[in-house]
Amino acid sequence: MAHAVDLIQAVDYQSMEKLADKNRPNVHAGDTVKVHVRIVEGKRERIQVFQGVVIALRGGQGINKTFTVRRIASHGIGVERSFLFFSPRVEKIVVVRHARVRRAKLYYLRERSGKSARLKEQRIS
Amino acid sequence: MKGILGRKLGMTQVFGDDGVVTPVTIVEAGPCYITQKKTMELDGYHAIQLGFFEVNDKALGQPKRKHLAKSGSPMLRYLRELSVGNSDDYELGQKIEASVFENGDLVDVTATSKGKGFAGGVKRHNFKGGPKTHGQSDRHRAPGSVGAGSTPGRIFKGTRMAGRMGGERVTVQNLRITLVDAKKNLIAIKGAVPGAKNGLLMIREAVKTKRPSGDK
Repeated sequence: MAHAVDLIQAVDYQSMEKLADKNRPNVHAGDTVKVHVRIVEGKRERIQVFQGVVIALRGGQGINKTFTVRRIASHGIGVERSFLFFSPRVEKIVVVRHARVRRAKLYYLRERSGKSARLKEQRIS
Repeated sequence: MKGILGRKLGMTQVFGDDGVVTPVTIVEAGPCYITQKKTMELDGYHAIQLGFFEVNDKALGQPKRKHLAKSGSPMLRYLRELSVGNSDDYELGQKIEASVFENGDLVDVTATSKGKGFAGGVKRHNFKGGPKTHGQSDRHRAPGSVGAGSTPGRIFKGTRMAGRMGGERVTVQNLRITLVDAKKNLIAIKGAVPGAKNGLLMIREAVKTKRPSGDK
């Protein structure tokens, strides 16, 4: 009999394939991303863009993968939002900028603001 | 009654088209074989015996091997009885696969729950425990009073106390099937089911459903 994990992955891939056309990019901690979120208001639907720094990714390779984006809103208030990586409500993810970071979770950014919260850009050809 | 034996594989989640996430348990359901028929004439009731989980014949003792040979089934680890209206509708050795169920069916899932060991009253019987503050010591998870004083002078039998928890037969009713993969014999059931991963599950048509299966 096949291993349990493989069979669960088979189900996960079925859901992921539905999203194959959306072509999710590789996202890493430290990336600045634009997340296009589909928002349903009553019957109307619109796209909202949430731009910020990816401070954490969790969920590994599975369908349950999420990423947390931190954005500095007006008056220097930090706003964090977690998204399911494969959610149909996430229309598009655009990586704007990569940065060189030395850890997987950038929670230390929460205690920083202004100049000390900057990340050093890393250009990838 | 529709029913099948399966193996709990684990949980994951499935996205709906509108982005709503449903937690599901993935079950490898079948192939099962009918290994025995219970008939009115011989046994006084109707039922079929289902066998599941193919194993090497060295894993089974001779009595079980001979029993399985009678129905021409492969070597199977688990045998469970399923009550049916009329066992003459089934054939010995008949294969039962995940496709007996459809998307949207309501089912009852029976399995042996995970053993929790010696558990206190808070975990085992949902006692509230004592106050967390106001000078309490050693009372946080205590069971409280277990009875009156010199009348009756004893503790009533069956009073809920700490003890062994889990490892018993549990049935969860009215779970909805959200996906059936007939090719791989996989079934996805919305929500959690009892038991550990790789544990045996018995999935039966729901008994108490008000709505006909498939109707949402």
